[in-house]
Amino acid sequence: MEIIVCIKQVPETTEVKINPDTNTLIREGIKSIINPFDMYAIEEGLRLKERFGGRVRVISMGPPQAESALREAISMGCDEAILLSDRAFAGSDTWATSFVLASAIKKMGSFDIILCGKQASDGDTAQVGPGISSHLDIPQVTYVKKIESIDNGISRVERMTEEGYEVIELPLPALFTVVKEINEPRIPSLRGMMKARSAKITLWGIGEIGIESAAVGLSGSPTRVVRIFTPPPRKGGQIFHGETSEVVDRLVQLVKDEI
Amino acid sequence: MDYLLTEEQVMIKELAARIAEDKIRPIAAELDKTEQFPREIINILAQSDLFAIFIPEEFGGTLQLQDGRMVGGVLDLCLATEELSKACGGVAVCYAASALGTFPILIYGTQEQKKKYLPSLAKGEKLAAFGLTEPEAGSDASAIKTTAKKEGNSYILNGTKHFITNGAEAEIYVIIAMTDKSKGARGASAFIVEKGTPGFSFGKKEDKMGIRASITSELIFNDCKIPKENLLGKEGMGFIATMRTFDMSRPGVAAQALGIAQGALDLTVRYAKERHQFGKSISSFQGIQWMLSDMATQIEAARALVYSTARMIDAGRGSVAKESAMAKLFASDTAMRVTTDCVQIFGGYGYMRDYPIEKYMRDAKITQIYEGTNQIQRNIIALQLIKEMVK
Amino acid sequence: MSIKVLIDKCTGCNLCVKSCPFGAIRIINKKAVIELSQCTLCGACVTACKLAAIKLDKPATELAGNDKIPKIDDYNGIWVFAEQKKGKVQPVVFELLSKARELAERLSTEVSAVLLGYQLDDEAQNLIWQGADKVYIVDNERLINFQDEPYTNILTALIKKYRPQIVLSGATSIGRSLISRVAIKIHTGLTADCTGLDIDPEKKILLQTRPAFGGNIMATIITPNHRPQMATVRHKVFPANPPDKDRKGKIIREEIEDGHIVSRARLLDIVEELESTVNLTEADIIVSGGRGMGDGKNFALLEELAKVLNAAVGASRAAVDAGWMPYSHQVGQTGRTVCPKIYIACGISGQIQHLVGMQSSKVIIAINKDADAPIFKIATYGIVGDLFEIVPALTKRFKEILKSSNES
Repeated sequence: MEIIVCIKQVPETTEVKINPDTNTLIREGIKSIINPFDMYAIEEGLRLKERFGGRVRVISMGPPQAESALREAISMGCDEAILLSDRAFAGSDTWATSFVLASAIKKMGSFDIILCGKQASDGDTAQVGPGISSHLDIPQVTYVKKIESIDNGISRVERMTEEGYEVIELPLPALFTVVKEINEPRIPSLRGMMKARSAKITLWGIGEIGIESAAVGLSGSPTRVVRIFTPPPRKGGQIFHGETSEVVDRLVQLVKDEI
Repeated sequence: MDYLLTEEQVMIKELAARIAEDKIRPIAAELDKTEQFPREIINILAQSDLFAIFIPEEFGGTLQLQDGRMVGGVLDLCLATEELSKACGGVAVCYAASALGTFPILIYGTQEQKKKYLPSLAKGEKLAAFGLTEPEAGSDASAIKTTAKKEGNSYILNGTKHFITNGAEAEIYVIIAMTDKSKGARGASAFIVEKGTPGFSFGKKEDKMGIRASITSELIFNDCKIPKENLLGKEGMGFIATMRTFDMSRPGVAAQALGIAQGALDLTVRYAKERHQFGKSISSFQGIQWMLSDMATQIEAARALVYSTARMIDAGRGSVAKESAMAKLFASDTAMRVTTDCVQIFGGYGYMRDYPIEKYMRDAKITQIYEGTNQIQRNIIALQLIKEMVK
Repeated sequence: MSIKVLIDKCTGCNLCVKSCPFGAIRIINKKAVIELSQCTLCGACVTACKLAAIKLDKPATELAGNDKIPKIDDYNGIWVFAEQKKGKVQPVVFELLSKARELAERLSTEVSAVLLGYQLDDEAQNLIWQGADKVYIVDNERLINFQDEPYTNILTALIKKYRPQIVLSGATSIGRSLISRVAIKIHTGLTADCTGLDIDPEKKILLQTRPAFGGNIMATIITPNHRPQMATVRHKVFPANPPDKDRKGKIIREEIEDGHIVSRARLLDIVEELESTVNLTEADIIVSGGRGMGDGKNFALLEELAKVLNAAVGASRAAVDAGWMPYSHQVGQTGRTVCPKIYIACGISGQIQHLVGMQSSKVIIAINKDADAPIFKIATYGIVGDLFEIVPALTKRFKEILKSSNES
């Protein structure tokens, strides 16, 4: 089975803090990590390989330093890694990003399954996965919480919805975006980390992928960011201490009109 | 402080730290409450190769031989143990106790014994345990009563070991038993006993004050017959084996103490910053600041001592009894003092089980007791001091 | 396209450094230096610079002159994708219709709803009452449930046929899957998960504002040169208008080629799991529990309160990881993002990952025994105390209040 996992390097947002003086994000010293949702995609890829054989290739579009995310994927057990990095990619929105990824995937040859995390923790758009499947014109299932079976090129998966889940059957090749519930990502092994240290990361720019610079980056992006601002941080309100019955009464009086 | 670790040691440290944060910390309180053996965590440690770091490549580990000699691995083991202990001293001891049970095989095992037992230990498929202590033989190890009688091609073991870490959970046990009582300490021998051998059963499981994620059990030998090939080294070498094993393993206990102390301090610094009294953060009070400073300094001093000792062992220095004892003594006393002060800084909350800090204090206490009480460590140090003076 | 600092003008004032959300600018020798590998050309620094010392060359209107693509002025009207489940149009659609009406006034255009499904005439009428001037309806048994491919094909075909200037959809699991694919097929811009929509008064284009970095940053995004301008919009950020049964509108039935209905994926089963509870993302009130609940069985306390308030039950990651609640109830960065009128956080300390999932709630009530818990820093009302005492007392008090207000 040929499995491709798309990952993104993101800032470890748990450490994102707002500078109270300037009201901006403090980004110094913030570690970069693999987007947490992509960790589930990597793990699912590795589990599929364990179930059905084959190989797991991992790709990422990003700046040169995204290489460390790909090395981590290798330390978990992925077989190969490709970094899509080019100055021309800067400013890409989700349209252009999914175009670059889809074009690179075409270049990678045949595949059975593409796995993505349900969304990235920095942009939160959840658009790149469906964008790739749309560019490649393959069927997709988003918010997959279980890959039940794969038999004769037909997969059966569970898709999480607001109320529960759906069971969907579809032929491969297909793209799945996965949610946290699907698995628990493994911790890399020491041997994997040693392998990752010296692994070769393939680097592709627009030339290697064979796409025009006009189709990517800012010029290939239909959307433009016109303004970025930090919302005023939410302020704390009234804090009640004291006798339970008393504070409960006061609170209920305050909010009863909202109910 | 920069301890100039190798790239691989940095990886081991990061790996163990990640397991500690992601997998152990979220369940540490639960494990402490229920006293459940953390099998899932052991599997994660196994899958991450952490049981392989103190076993040579030849036998399925990751340790590379230098000049054909088995050197190294002790500092690696200390780094892993320290990181795991930051999240839970109990889980860390399950891990370190398997190393303790593995060391006698590494030091005294024949090529056949190593081939037979080490690969599955390196993979973490099986755990090891070391059985020395008996109800009436604690610090006075020469008082052990368990016997091993040779009969043809077998030894017959009889007796009871207690307070055995990983007891009933381990598959491979190294047991110290008397082959010749008349010779006293020189009549003790070391044997490998596998779980499931007829006549080998498990008794009482202890209800402990701390390190409750680990299992401490009684081992019962009742006409337990093992093949003579399971003798480690020669008859009568049981005590030497024990001493040399402890020399290697004490830095591990010290590292556990170090991790407990550091883990407690980390929580305390954060708490001190968050906790407000008299209208400001308690970390702004000099009284608190000085306590934090003293704790951090003591921990760093302990770390320097532990790592240096581990490096001596890894470099193949023969006599490390004094240094090893000093490392264990100093690190465990530091852990007890630090965790006690951490509880103090947490104040009333520190005393409550809903807060994680009191567990560190309970976990720290055992490090002053096991693998030789700190009084025994002082004996060892004094003995070496006097010996050196005589030379 | 490129970005550069005009060295002559730059005074090293540091404003750009503070404005850069990507940490790509440093002051070296009193001049701003942009680290291109980290810069995403977002332009925040250009706006921040008071001396016009940063120059961002944006490309000229690309794709201009490509005669296959219709002109921007050929696009008219605002569309709302009328997501339905089990034949019921989802509440977020009504929220969008009311917002669409407001935008339409300012553009002097009309609002249409697009409804795909089976036997939905009543719902089509309802959409008109809720604000639609037209309802395009595709009625086919095979569209009874959402499926990616046929819905994508049909919506794409309708957009190409009618050329709306704006297309809005709820940022639901259906909306976010479907609209992403449609935007690629049409080659236009899409902004996900918006919390603000406005019209630029001069350019008459849609200003789409959305949170990023877990809500720590807001970004306003436009689609200048492509049409339609597409956005998915979060639940509960815009109020729905009450239905106006006097409103008149047109229902237009669309015939669709058979080819468009073909799906490679087959929906075999729909399983509903949240039996007694209210859908988390749609709920007006959420009662949520964290590590302080101590045990899974204690969630019964929250369920009782939720029942009284007709609320949904949520959980923090800690509670879900401990196995006390299923993942589908998780609120926060790795769970669901919610925006109810009232969010009651019980025994939740308020880690940043949790806060990003709920901090846009209108009223936040925090109950925690630790007065220093970060949740109190954002709570509208906080009670410091034992939740095992306070929650049952709240349940009792709310029950009394609601009972008396029902009677009066």
